[in-house]
Amino acid sequence: MPQNKTIAVAMSGGVDSSTVAAMLRAEGHDVVGLTMQLWNQRRLAGHEGMPEAVQGRCCSLDDVYDARRVAETLGIPYYVVNHEDRFERDVVQPFVQEYLSGRTPIPCSLCNNHLKFDQLLIVAQQIGADALATGHYARVEFEEKRGRWLLKRPADSSKDQTYFLFGLTQDQLSRTLFPLGELTKPQVRDLARHHGLALAAKPDSQEICFVPGGDYKKFLDAYLAERGDALPDTAGELVTTDGEVIGEHNGIHNFTVGQRKGLGVSTGSPLYVIQIKGDQRQVVVGNQEELYSRTLRARRVNLVAVVDLREPIRVRVKIRHRHEGAPALLEKANSDEVLVTFDEPQRAITPGQAAVFYDGDVVVGGGWIA
Amino acid sequence: MRRVYLDNNATTPVLPEVLAAMQPYFTEHFGNASSIHHHGQETRAAVERARESVAALFGCRPSEVVFTSGGTEGDNLAISGLTRAGDHVIGSTIEHHAVLNSCKHLEAMGCEVTYVPVDSRGLVDPDDVLRGLRPNTRLITIMMANNETGVLQPVEEIGKIAAEADVYFHTDAVQAAGKVPIEVKRLGCDLLSISGHKLHAPQGVGAIYVGKGTLLQPMFYGGSHERSRRAGTENVPGIIGLGKAAELAREALERGDLARMSAMRDRIEQTILSAVDATGVNGEGAPRVPNTTNIHFDYIEGEALVIALDLKGLAVSTGAACSSGAIEPSHVLTAMGLPPEIARASLRFSLGKQSTADDIQFALDLVPQTVARLRELSPVYNRTAVSS
Repeated sequence: MPQNKTIAVAMSGGVDSSTVAAMLRAEGHDVVGLTMQLWNQRRLAGHEGMPEAVQGRCCSLDDVYDARRVAETLGIPYYVVNHEDRFERDVVQPFVQEYLSGRTPIPCSLCNNHLKFDQLLIVAQQIGADALATGHYARVEFEEKRGRWLLKRPADSSKDQTYFLFGLTQDQLSRTLFPLGELTKPQVRDLARHHGLALAAKPDSQEICFVPGGDYKKFLDAYLAERGDALPDTAGELVTTDGEVIGEHNGIHNFTVGQRKGLGVSTGSPLYVIQIKGDQRQVVVGNQEELYSRTLRARRVNLVAVVDLREPIRVRVKIRHRHEGAPALLEKANSDEVLVTFDEPQRAITPGQAAVFYDGDVVVGGGWIA
Repeated sequence: MRRVYLDNNATTPVLPEVLAAMQPYFTEHFGNASSIHHHGQETRAAVERARESVAALFGCRPSEVVFTSGGTEGDNLAISGLTRAGDHVIGSTIEHHAVLNSCKHLEAMGCEVTYVPVDSRGLVDPDDVLRGLRPNTRLITIMMANNETGVLQPVEEIGKIAAEADVYFHTDAVQAAGKVPIEVKRLGCDLLSISGHKLHAPQGVGAIYVGKGTLLQPMFYGGSHERSRRAGTENVPGIIGLGKAAELAREALERGDLARMSAMRDRIEQTILSAVDATGVNGEGAPRVPNTTNIHFDYIEGEALVIALDLKGLAVSTGAACSSGAIEPSHVLTAMGLPPEIARASLRFSLGKQSTADDIQFALDLVPQTVARLRELSPVYNRTAVSS
C-alpha cells in the first residue's frame, strides 16, 4: 500500500474498526473516522413490546462515545454522518417487507450494499479520501490475470464475514480496505491493547443492530404501530407437504424455514416448517427429511470473481452465515436467476437469505434465495 | 494547517479584552458576592457594574437584568416561569430548541401552544400572532433573530400586539445581541434572553431582561440571589466577561462597526452565487443580522460538505447537531418550505468580530472547488446533469 493516503475508516465504536483506525494511523496514513447514525433508538422506545428506555447497540450514544474516544486517542478527525433516511428506506423497510412476505431477510447485507459501501463510500470520496477501510474480516485484492478485484475469505475463517459482502461491485472493492483480513480476533485485541485503546476488551456485538434483544416480531409490531399501520393479517392454514390442512397459524411472519418450535400442533413425530407460501398465507410443515432439498434459485446475483456464467461451474455454496458451505454446480437459469444444484441435499434452504458461491477462498459471487 | 472559523452563531472566541477583564476574578478577587466582608463587597461591586453594562445594551434598568447560565436557561425561565396548566402560549415553528422543547414541556403539563408558521423568507407574520390570540393566552415567545438564517423577526409589531392584548412577550435574542441594537422599550417585550458566548463572552453565562413588574416563578430554589429570581452563587468571572462583552458590543454598534461585517457577509454571498451554479440564499429578501448567511448548494449533502471543508481548515455548519453529533435536517429551513433535500444541502456561514477579509478569501477559495468535488461524486447531481 502506498504511504500517506487519506483513508476514511468506518468506525462503529467496536474493537475491530477501532483497531483498523489505529493500524492505518500507525502506518502513516491520514485517517478520518466516520460513524454512521442509522437508526434512532428513541423512536420505538416505549412502544408495546419494546423497552421503555433506549437500549440496544445500534448507533447508541455509548458506541459513538467509544469511537470518538478512540479518534481522540489516535489524534484523527472524527465525524458522525446521518444516514437514517437511507437506512430506513433501504434496510429497515425491506426487512419488514420480507418478513411480511414470508421470507427471512439479512439486513446486514443490505446495509453493506446500500449504506457502508455505497453511501458512506461516496461520503468518504467526497471528503477527499482515497479509500474506505472497515473492520470486516475479509480480504480484497486485485488479480492481474483476471483483471478483477477479488473478495476472499479472511485468514481467521471463524470470523469470516464474506457472506455479508458478496454484493460489492468491482468499483466498490477497488476503493475498499479490509486491514483485518490477515488477522485473528485475539491478534486484533492484542493490537488494540498495543495501540492503547481502552476498549480492547469490549465484547463483540451479535444481534441485528436495530432490533433490541433480537426479537424481530416485537420490532415489526412496534415499527408498524409507529407508522400507524396495523400488522397485516397474514394468518392462515398450516398444511402438510401433501396439502392436508392440519391447523392454523397466526401470521406468516412468525415463521422461518426449518423452525420447529411454536407451530401449535402436536403430532407423533417432530414437525418443521418446510416452506412459507406468502401469497396463499400457508405455512407448509413436514418431517425432518422433507427439510432437505438439492436445488435453489438465486436472484439479483452479483458476480465478483467472474464476468459472467457462460459455462456451469463447480463451487461451494453457503446458504446462511453459519453454514459450512456445500459443493454444488452453479449455472445460469435465465437472465436474472441462477440455479444451484448441490451434490448432497441441504437442510432448510431459506428464501430471503443469501446464497454465496466460493471457489476455495475466493467469492465467486452471490444472490438472494428465491 | 491554517484554520478559519466561520461558525460564530455556534459560539465565538472570548475577546482578549474580555478575558483580561475576567482574569482577576478567578484568583485575586475571588469573593462570594453575597459575603459582607471586603472580598464579597469587591465582587458585588463588579457584578453590579457588569449588570449596568448589560442594562445599557438592553436599554433597561440594571434591576431588570438577571444573570443566568446562558440562553437556554433564560428561555426556560421565561417560559416555564410565567405559565401554568391551562394557559395558552404562542411561539413560532423556527424557535431554537431551548424554546421549542420548553413549549413541548408546557404542552405535556397541560398548556396549549400555537406555533405560528413562517413564510419562504423565514419571517413570522404578525397577523398570524394576532389571529392566534385566545382569552387564555398568557405568553408570546418569538425569537428576535434566527440562529440558522439570521432573519430578523418583526418583534416590534409583535410587541405592540402583545401590549394591546395585555399578554406577556418574551423574545429569545441570543442571535441578535451584539449584532443589532436592542431597545427593550421599543421592542415592547417583557422578557428577553441572551447568551454570553454568542457575543465573545465565555460559555456558561447569560442574562435575561425581566421587565419591572413581571413576576416569574424561579427555576431554582435556594438563596435570594438575583433578587430571588435565580438562586445560586453567581458565576462571577463569567458575569464580568459578559459585562465587558456587552460594553464592547454596544460601542461597536454605536460606531457602526458592523457595516464591515455585513460587507464581508455580502461578499461571501455574491462570490459564491456567481461562482457556483444551483445555489441560493435561504432567507433572501428578509431583514437579517449582518453576520449570517445560509446558502443552499443543490445536489449535495451539507453534512459531507461541512466535513470536507473542516478537513481543509474551514469551520462552518449545517442544521443542528443531535446528541451523537450527527446532523438532523433543519426544522427552520423545512418550516420555510424548503424541500428536505435543499434543507440538507444548506450551509451556514457566520462571522465574528475576529473575522478578517483574509478569512473570507480563504473560504471563497475553498468552497467552490469543494462543492465541485462533491457534485462530481454525487449520484443525484450526475443523474440530473445527464437528464437535463
